[in-house]
Amino acid sequence: MATKKTTPSHLEEILWKDAAPGGVIYETGNAQKYKTGAWRSMKPIWNEEKCKHCMLCFPVCPDSSILVKDQKMTGIDYDHCKGCGVCVEVCPFKVFDYVVEE
Amino acid sequence: MAIRERLSGNEAVATAMKQINPDVVAAFPITPSTEVPQYFSTYVANGEVDTEFVAVESEHSAMSACIGAAAAGARVMTATSANGMGLMWEMLYIASADKLPIVMPLINRAMSGPLNIHNDHSDAMGARDSGWIQLFSEDNQEAYDNTIMAVRIGEHKDVRLPVMVCLDGFIISHSVENIELLETEKVRNFVGEPMAPFYLLDSENPVAMGPLDLPAHYFEHKREQAQSMFNAKTVIKEVFEEFEKLSGRKYSYFEEYKLDDAEMAIVVLGSTAGTAKTVVDDLRAQGLKVGLLKLRVFRPFPAAELAEALKHLKAVAVMDKAESFSAAGGPIFMDVRSALYDLEVRPKITSYIYGLGGRDVRTTDIEKVYNELKEVAATGVVTSPYNYLGVKE
Repeated sequence: MATKKTTPSHLEEILWKDAAPGGVIYETGNAQKYKTGAWRSMKPIWNEEKCKHCMLCFPVCPDSSILVKDQKMTGIDYDHCKGCGVCVEVCPFKVFDYVVEE
Repeated sequence: MAIRERLSGNEAVATAMKQINPDVVAAFPITPSTEVPQYFSTYVANGEVDTEFVAVESEHSAMSACIGAAAAGARVMTATSANGMGLMWEMLYIASADKLPIVMPLINRAMSGPLNIHNDHSDAMGARDSGWIQLFSEDNQEAYDNTIMAVRIGEHKDVRLPVMVCLDGFIISHSVENIELLETEKVRNFVGEPMAPFYLLDSENPVAMGPLDLPAHYFEHKREQAQSMFNAKTVIKEVFEEFEKLSGRKYSYFEEYKLDDAEMAIVVLGSTAGTAKTVVDDLRAQGLKVGLLKLRVFRPFPAAELAEALKHLKAVAVMDKAESFSAAGGPIFMDVRSALYDLEVRPKITSYIYGLGGRDVRTTDIEKVYNELKEVAATGVVTSPYNYLGVKE
């Protein structure tokens, strides 16, 4: 697993003179910029042809990683999916394969 | 023209707070600081201030409410003593790390145990590493003046740190003295409007404060915080000078009393300086070359300036109203001794722990210190570096 991890953007060099006082975050709503996909040890694979777009997986995903457009699932946001497998559990149609992250 | 009054130390501090008219005061009563929020809540009830007074259920909540209000962008004050400050402990560090310029009169009282309500400096000295600026007051006038100046020092854009205004419990807090007050309008002009560079209620520029800060950035934020304390040295000087123009009262990091031609001196802070000045006068009349240095600013510590002021002396005694249990002398002693290290030729130096738990400090006690210094100056030898003054032995 370790071989695949890259340095996340938040670890970039910030020198103390440029550090925000008290660690204040000037830009709100920035969680999206923190890519947590590298944390995955297991990975859900979406099989589109089996999907009924019932949307049971969408509200239970803790990372808002079920991508939806026009009331239809379009894929998984692997930049933020931590591979918890809740979508796999909840799916009544066994749409997801749940595999070891390579 | 200045207003001549006679007020206790607590009244003086509360009066300064009334004149400052902060946005929020959150406080919990504890002897001997109780009167400060008590007087202040009267001003609130009488409509003399616009302040939101938050009566909290503990000092931890007092400081937490102050932090919340200051983060929201308010000018915030509180007051406490000893174990009250002890209960604030973790929040003290958060206030300073979040760069929140809260002003807190700390009416110095002995930390329990054994349970004691009287004066010493164990509360303030315990918090000396918490990132708060610490100003000490010899009398009611200084307590009043420090409270007003604290607002400007803490809120300065290069500082943004909380400030403790220390005054001795009972000795200052409950003693009525003559005092010169400034007109309220002058105080309000002097402190001006709070200008936080960022705050939570700024809907145009939303921010998140106090986030989790792991090894990638924590150190840089602490370094930035440390810089504020370095900067505070300059800012304190500027604010003192501006305050002198307003009030005619001249302040600096420390007061030198008959120090210029002295051969021996004591370093002391708080109300004991008054007692010691009388002793200096008496001993001077006997032909002894003695002087005194009264520290007013303990954090940031004016190390280089102190070394310069003390370098010509043969012997120095540092008086600590707190036992820091280092087994190597009191906390001020350790800092002063460290400050003198860079000198090519250094005075001999001794530590005196005194006045713990409200033990009276008499002129005869201070005379004893000078007499022992005389021996050190004459022989150039320190036979007893760590001393306890006034303990029954």
